[in-house]
Amino acid sequence: MDLFLQNIVNGLQWGSFYALIALGYSMVYSILMLFNFAHGDVFMVGSYIGFGVATALLGLAAMSGIPLPGWFILILTIIFTMFITSFVGVFIERVGYRPLRDAPRASAAITGLMIGIILETGNLAILGARRLSFPQLIESTTYQFGGVYVTDKKILIVGVSLGLMFLLHRFIQKSKWGMAMRAMSFDFQAVPLMGISINRIAPLTFAIGSALAAAAGILYGLAYPVLDPYMGILLGWKAFVAAILGGRGSILGAALAGFLLGFIEIFVAWVFPSTLRDVIAYSIILLILTFRPHGFFGQAHSTQLRL
Amino acid sequence: MQLEIKNLHVSYDKIRALHGIDFSIDRGEIVCIIGANGAGKSTTLRAISRLLQADKDSVMTFEGKDLMQYEPDKVVSRLGISHVPEGRRLFGNLTVMENLQLATFARSDRERIAGDFEQLFTIFPRLKERTSQMAGTLSGGEQQMLAVGRAYMSARKLMLLDEPSMGLAPLLMLSMFEALKEINREGTSILLVEQNARLALKFAQRAYVLENGRLVLEGPSDSLLNNPEVKKAYLGG
Repeated sequence: MDLFLQNIVNGLQWGSFYALIALGYSMVYSILMLFNFAHGDVFMVGSYIGFGVATALLGLAAMSGIPLPGWFILILTIIFTMFITSFVGVFIERVGYRPLRDAPRASAAITGLMIGIILETGNLAILGARRLSFPQLIESTTYQFGGVYVTDKKILIVGVSLGLMFLLHRFIQKSKWGMAMRAMSFDFQAVPLMGISINRIAPLTFAIGSALAAAAGILYGLAYPVLDPYMGILLGWKAFVAAILGGRGSILGAALAGFLLGFIEIFVAWVFPSTLRDVIAYSIILLILTFRPHGFFGQAHSTQLRL
Repeated sequence: MQLEIKNLHVSYDKIRALHGIDFSIDRGEIVCIIGANGAGKSTTLRAISRLLQADKDSVMTFEGKDLMQYEPDKVVSRLGISHVPEGRRLFGNLTVMENLQLATFARSDRERIAGDFEQLFTIFPRLKERTSQMAGTLSGGEQQMLAVGRAYMSARKLMLLDEPSMGLAPLLMLSMFEALKEINREGTSILLVEQNARLALKFAQRAYVLENGRLVLEGPSDSLLNNPEVKKAYLGG
């Protein structure tokens, strides 16, 4: 039983990474009907920016002699990094997607792949092949509940992720920008008729998705401190799987499927040798998709007639 | 003239849909374009809304401004031209109120929005009863009211209407046109395209007849109502 609960905790942590990244895929898809295949690399870039921000803040604190507590630096790091990384998303939309909005789907699909390669190799060229170690801003403390061990980092990772998802939900449901995004997901060609420019909603969507990926990048760096330019590829693909499994364009579905993915992986690794983890986990997901080809919450789109 | 269209050419993938049409609307007028299915009526409205790119030699001016320089969303937010599109294109996943609020998204005269809502709900009391209902679950008549209501809330100088009678029962049609008249009395010019020629001609002051992408007839509505050719082709003899 303890081991079961322990795995739930671990699954929640991994699920948080997948869910935060999957949201970005889903949001962009829901408004543009395109997947941003550079999104996994935005996670990587976010992690690196987080590294830079945290290092700078630590340096500033040391220089000024003010003993800032680690958790405070962490909060600042998350906020600044999300803000900075959102511009990476805006940039990707502007140079990669907007010019190709009326291009054939396949062309628009490969722009993400190309931007991803540029981000990976660009990072390699600028920072070199050495792996960076993410600064550990908070002490690792382990709490014991019965036979279940929970570190403060795990609590933080799951807590921040759920908090961000809640904020995203509020934003989409309550703000006028969120309303415009929902409208666009239903019928993006009718949005300009309301006097709303798609060129304002699309960058905003990329920005929010990228900011969430950046948060995932920092949280990931806390749990697994080694950064490398290709860290976003496998994680990004898995989050993409979660986005599809959740139902294309469904925000709630993407979040839930992200957690489901985390649970499946952790529980598979509990029973089977860890080398077989992904083989078995993704066979299971393949099977789920066979029975639910539209994912869990496939959103009903309007027929998207051409105006 | 508020809206002046000269030599409007529009093509879909090299196939001409409009062969250089000329027409105009004066401030406060109700003008209709009648024609058969595929004559180019919707194309005309979409070209004015800039949803379709008109050929370069076309001339479109609205209140002295070159319409061709405006993006579709700016036609609404800067020029004040609203468009009720074919098929209504409501956001079915949003409530009635959200659909209407969305229409005010880009308005700069935010202080007037509350008053406009009040006025809208006196024109369409039905919409007020339905504010929290999902737009996708409205009846056909209510959907049409919401489509017009959305246009009313988005821009007020000129309203383009694409087949507002489509799918409505005769009584609903009449009350819809009464509502449009009320909107017109408040100062909004109306350009309407209709297959229901009799209804449109009774409603509008002036009319144009569009055939295969060309305007073949124009004049005051009552003279077209009595025109033998129009009677034969569009009014069922």
